[in-house]
Amino acid sequence: MAEQRPPILETRGLTMRFGGVVAVDNVDFSLAEGELRCLIGPNGAGKTTFFRCLTHIYKASAGEVLYRGENITGSHTHQIARRGIGIKTQVPSVFDGLDVRENIWLSARRHHKERETDRAVDAILERIGLTALSKRLVGRLSHGERQGVELGVVLAGDPELILLDEPTAGMTHEEVHRTTEMIREINRTASLIVVEHDMQFIKAIANRVTVFNQGAILVEDTMENVLRNQEVRDIYLGKREVA
Amino acid sequence: MKIALNLEDWSTRGLILVGLAMLALLFVGPQIFDLFVLLKVILLISTAMLALSLGFIWGFGGILCFGQSVFFGLGGYAYAIGVINIGESTVPILLSVLVPAAFAMMLGYFMFYGRLSDIYLAVVTLAVTLIFYAFMRSTSGEEYHIGSARLMGFNGISSIPGFNWPGFPDSPLWPDDIYYVSVVLLILVYFGLRYLLRTHFGRVVVAIRENEARAEYLGYDVRFYKTMTFTVGAAVAGLAGCLFVNFNNFINPDVFALGLAAQIIMWVLIGGVGTLVGPMLGSVALQMLYNWLGTQKFADFLNTYLVFGAIILVFVLAVPQGLLPSARALALRFLPWVRSQEEQETAARARESAGNG
Repeated sequence: MAEQRPPILETRGLTMRFGGVVAVDNVDFSLAEGELRCLIGPNGAGKTTFFRCLTHIYKASAGEVLYRGENITGSHTHQIARRGIGIKTQVPSVFDGLDVRENIWLSARRHHKERETDRAVDAILERIGLTALSKRLVGRLSHGERQGVELGVVLAGDPELILLDEPTAGMTHEEVHRTTEMIREINRTASLIVVEHDMQFIKAIANRVTVFNQGAILVEDTMENVLRNQEVRDIYLGKREVA
Repeated sequence: MKIALNLEDWSTRGLILVGLAMLALLFVGPQIFDLFVLLKVILLISTAMLALSLGFIWGFGGILCFGQSVFFGLGGYAYAIGVINIGESTVPILLSVLVPAAFAMMLGYFMFYGRLSDIYLAVVTLAVTLIFYAFMRSTSGEEYHIGSARLMGFNGISSIPGFNWPGFPDSPLWPDDIYYVSVVLLILVYFGLRYLLRTHFGRVVVAIRENEARAEYLGYDVRFYKTMTFTVGAAVAGLAGCLFVNFNNFINPDVFALGLAAQIIMWVLIGGVGTLVGPMLGSVALQMLYNWLGTQKFADFLNTYLVFGAIILVFVLAVPQGLLPSARALALRFLPWVRSQEEQETAARARESAGNG
């Protein structure tokens, strides 16, 4: 597919200040259609804040966000979601007091007709392997299972771009493996940006990696090159060795 | 909308139970109540509907409105002013629903689109009620009139014409007719809200109560849903206010006073937040308790308010979940045969994990 496609998501000079602290500093970022990009960087590098600016959970102090070439900087979170951007947060954000099926239903029903919704929900439950738990309250499930439910909720919205904030946090080895498979599968139909700390996991899923440091993009390259980059080692991996 | 009649399901069983109770109230009530009791029951139905309105927006919409009485009072006044001017009750009944609903939509717009946090919302709604209280009390002058209806300040409006047969201003409804109308309206409102909660709109409202941020990430405009929930609650409270006026053909600014505003919260709290029947039972139980206490003789240093307050305090501490959820939990614990299949499975799982741990 060599044809020239506009980037699905782009930021220009995106900046977020909290008082005197610049959490996101003049970030120019671009994601191609169908791409899977990982964001890494030490704690406090501004990855999550960057995510929140993209979806207008935080109102950016300056700069703009373009989705398929359209400026969505001033749009509300629900409007951005309606354009086809799925959001998975760091701590699973699900409807704890409702059962698994209702969680997925609420997402699917937003863009499906009443009659088609149930079938769509069944398909998603099957896909995330939670059919057997469909009648259980989400609040009673394990952390890993709730992560799975949230992924199902995001997928049920049929998003074209998915923002995943630490999808494997708190997962067992087995669950990480399953999630890796699932993200590869999702990437066949949607573009993804993934914030992660687990290097094994990143190696398994990403080609290109964006390294954040102190609110700005430090490097953007393939995983191999990033790992070889001395600067990255110093600020990020180097620190880990010291610790 | 598919509504399967699944008797295994608690909510369906509860629904049937409530339906039977309400039908009994409708058909058996007039046979056994004398006129005095009948009027009393109309009052209780009116306040039960008021409790139901708060039970809906608080228990299901997650909106703690401390001034639900403002819509009750507005509904009552809208009916009174309307019926005095028009001389017929059909349009005023509609006004008693539409005026509070419109006011709630406006107030809700500022609160929800302004992203007011929950605690400020409670404060703002209470303040609005008290503003109405202060204002209505100061309207005794002759210049305060709407059409031919004088507002009469703290004396209130009296001799308000009650319901008449639609289109026949000269044939008023007798108390037992008004009783039937009240029960039927309560049935319609209750099952209407039940139905609403099963629709897409209602399910989103509950989802927003559970997790507002997630609802937004799914593309739902939380501000809109909350404003509409608030408006529906106000419409129901307004209708309750209209029934209240028909109980004794009188309304005064006390409907906006702190006392009623606080009582509604107690009704819902004691009946059970998160249910619709609970708040109705709570309102009836608390008012009957209060009336009964009023007939008792206490030592000089105790007055009715003090005893009433102490009982409520003990009750809230002892049964924090409220009447209905606690009764349900007790039934599930001690009467295994009322459990649905799913609940039996859950209980079995719980026993299993307790055994393992």
